[in-house]
Amino acid sequence: MYNFEFEKPATVADAVAALGAEEAQALGGGQTLIPTLKQRLASPTKLVSLTGIAEMRGVSAAGGVVTIGGGTTHATVAAQAGAYPALAALAGNIGDPAVRNRGTIGGSLANNDPSACYPAAALASGATIVTNTREIAADDYFQGMFTTALDEGEIITGVRFPVPEAANYQKFEQPASRFALVGVFVAKYGAGVRVAVTGASEEGVFRWSEAEQALDHDFRSDALMDLDINPDNMIGDMHGSKAYRAHLVKVLTKRAVAAM
Amino acid sequence: MTQVSMTVNGVAASGDVEGRTLLVSFLRDQLELTGTHVGCDTSQCGACVVHVNGEAVKSCTMLALEAEGAEVSTIEGQAAPDGTLNTIQQAFQDHHGLQCGFCTPGMVMSAAALLKENPKPSEAEIRDYLEGNICRCTGYHNIVKAIMAASGQDVSAIAAE
Ligand code: FES
Ligand code: FES
Repeated sequence: MYNFEFEKPATVADAVAALGAEEAQALGGGQTLIPTLKQRLASPTKLVSLTGIAEMRGVSAAGGVVTIGGGTTHATVAAQAGAYPALAALAGNIGDPAVRNRGTIGGSLANNDPSACYPAAALASGATIVTNTREIAADDYFQGMFTTALDEGEIITGVRFPVPEAANYQKFEQPASRFALVGVFVAKYGAGVRVAVTGASEEGVFRWSEAEQALDHDFRSDALMDLDINPDNMIGDMHGSKAYRAHLVKVLTKRAVAAM
Repeated sequence: MTQVSMTVNGVAASGDVEGRTLLVSFLRDQLELTGTHVGCDTSQCGACVVHVNGEAVKSCTMLALEAEGAEVSTIEGQAAPDGTLNTIQQAFQDHHGLQCGFCTPGMVMSAAALLKENPKPSEAEIRDYLEGNICRCTGYHNIVKAIMAASGQDVSAIAAE
């Protein structure tokens, strides 16, 4: 790991100021960034830790919306987001307990790893990503693998999840990394069903709109029987071929619906 | 270099570190608390698990400066000052929960974190909680048994092996 300066501001305003420095990089819980730095895949001159910012931590629920501070750890979400059980369950199954004690929701969403769990929850829930400057709808936020609508130095201060009538997340783990080989989050709202898929596409997390339409029409796993997803844009690697991932998308979507 | 200060096993500790100094390096190289092991350095194995403010973390994936002001506990702080093992350590000894012992500091620290949040875990809950702790020797069986025993539960249901 190349050396860097380290700063741990106590307020969002101070963090924004610190991130104004050339080549500065925000640090959430570090569970992805620190391994990345060790491999010298990134070489910021300054790391600005966001974990000292009290206003960015915590879970609250009111008016059918669960709001989670950007610096909240997966363990805290698992323990405290009971108002949205599928979300709490997802958080409680990321990585392992020690990783969940450090990793944060804001860090995961800012990184937008194509195999991470949280992007599926945020997109399927039509969540709102709140930053220090604006609010971004999940539909506009995810812009492909490791790419988001965030500007340089912009910080995710919180995420608002509208609580659905029912939801379920099915994760098929890549057995070595515990990331999702494919993960499917299905959320049923009064306004319609949303299905978000992580781990599968070269474009990162995406909504499977054909499945949404079929489920809007008939909310049973059998409604997906005749649907197939095109494998062309799927990730193909040593852990699974494109066709295998495409198959998993359908199987996991059916399982999610059946579990709801 | 920046000065970092924290409490380690109840004792104030400080030292000069770089931004990139890992918590595990600070513990091992500067405080000479070499009970915390580095098995992988990539967040997989859990040999480096310590508690920071009461929570299990992988000290190979946390910067020393992130622990500024924190209460850290390591394997060295588990036994009584006279060397008497704590309940979990004693159970590992009684149930042969270790062979080479390399993973053991992390296993014991993870077990302590588990029992704090779940004092009577089932066998499945123990196995699930140890997802991030890898042991190359024991096959986990006796580790699970030791943690069951440490939580005061009957281990006869887990077949002897
Ligand atoms: S050395 Fe930290 S997890 Fe292996
Ligand atoms: S006892 Fe040898 S690695 Fe666990």
